Amino acid sequence: MREIPYYPGCSLKDTAKGFESSAMAVSRELGIELKEIPRWNCCGTVYSLTDDNLMKQLGPLRNLVRSRDEGYESLYTLCSMCDNTLKRANRLVQEDEEKLNKINNFMDQENDYSGEVEVKHYLELLRDELGWEKVMENVKQPLEGINVAPYYGCMLTRPKEIGLDDPHNPSILGELVKSLGGTPVNFPYETECCGSYNTVDKKEIILGKTQTITAGASKAGADLIITSCPLCHFNLDSRQAELLDIAPNHNPVPVIYFTQMMAVAFAKPEVNEFEEHAIDPRPGLDLEKKVVS
Amino acid sequence: MSEDAEKQTVEIFIMGKKYEVPRGLTIMKAMEYSGYQYIRGVGCRGGFCGACATIYRLEGDYKLHTDLACQTTVQDGMYLTQLPFTPAGREGYDLEELDISNNPLLDLYPELARCVSCNTCTKTCPQDLEVMDFVNEAIRGNIKEVAELSFDCIQCGLCAARCPAEIPHHHVAQLARRIYGRYQAPDSVHLEERVEEIEAGQFDEKLNELVNLSKEDLKERYENREIEE
Repeated sequence: MREIPYYPGCSLKDTAKGFESSAMAVSRELGIELKEIPRWNCCGTVYSLTDDNLMKQLGPLRNLVRSRDEGYESLYTLCSMCDNTLKRANRLVQEDEEKLNKINNFMDQENDYSGEVEVKHYLELLRDELGWEKVMENVKQPLEGINVAPYYGCMLTRPKEIGLDDPHNPSILGELVKSLGGTPVNFPYETECCGSYNTVDKKEIILGKTQTITAGASKAGADLIITSCPLCHFNLDSRQAELLDIAPNHNPVPVIYFTQMMAVAFAKPEVNEFEEHAIDPRPGLDLEKKVVS
Repeated sequence: MSEDAEKQTVEIFIMGKKYEVPRGLTIMKAMEYSGYQYIRGVGCRGGFCGACATIYRLEGDYKLHTDLACQTTVQDGMYLTQLPFTPAGREGYDLEELDISNNPLLDLYPELARCVSCNTCTKTCPQDLEVMDFVNEAIRGNIKEVAELSFDCIQCGLCAARCPAEIPHHHVAQLARRIYGRYQAPDSVHLEERVEEIEAGQFDEKLNELVNLSKEDLKERYENREIEE
């Protein structure tokens, strides 16, 4: 079993527990043990674009310092937002020595950092280190006949300097779907923003975005949508359930994490905590029935 | 031996004014030696009550140091002041009525979410607690972890005074420990049994006997008490 250092982030310990439990389970099938780093703090959630306020870079960078102090050369993420924030903060100090010095001076008695830890998303582990072949080998219940809409949102592929795929025409989630025996569907909103934090105080924006994205997926024939972002998931799942109250004709499309889809294909659906979803992915899709049969 | 080491006094600055005080005194004793009288900002004098928060700088050192006045000895060139009280909002709550289903810490102290993990609180803590770590646990709603990491907090409030996100760490941690004690920690069976014994009147006779003793008899009883080795 290969151990890899893993940064969960706050959402995976709270609203996205099924993301973590499914990732842990499918990793073990692939011979990987996700080892949570012992001490970590919030990634900062949104990368700060304020050029002259480096205070907001301390949170993400300290996670990298602590990984390095544990002896790790890399740190793996699951949440798109954590991935984005950690990678961008890391890139900032890799490219700007003056800012790096300033941050090290501020951190003071903590150990200096020099941008040496590599941040990687779990999807990069699958594609670049394990390979799709390895994923295919572990499929026990191919997702035959299931049409899956890969939804990237903003954070996974943008900006291109840190994105793990082509920002305009990404394919990594589609390749995963194919490896699991499913059919990726093309739909025009795969990199559309879900509305993000407007969900807190401008819910109507999210309801509109959710309708556009999920109806677009449905029109393209998708049985479900996959994501790697807990905030996209909240907006597309919980808010979609609310959308049904005001748009009764809306055809609901379940939204699951890509690792939950893997767990189904690896015949481990019990780890998914689908009961926590606002739009239950189980009925209609008959995923569990397929696994049982 | 150098001249400095032979010197029996040190030069300190209390709120900017110079004083020469005997070497080896604590900050608290040095303040009193210099003529200050404590009315607030003093308590147990043993490092446990957290009343005597102190901030100081040393000459030629950019660092702002924090400590307890009763636990730190004076040094030459110490510029110091006391912080007897830290204004930090403490929310009202009824522990019995508290909704703990979500994250009561974040519900009562939403400013927790302003933390940028700068670590200033941890650097400030005179108890050497991992303050920033328990703030992050509080954000995640991990009551037990907050209670355990903050167990040695003495409520001095220095963290709250220094926090750029204006979080009242000590009040958040106290709430976490209370919730943990009330709802999550395993019940203490021996305590419950003892309370039952007390309520059943098992100790009334002995207690009444003490209450009714004369001062002289009580004194004698105290002086001849059994002391456990």
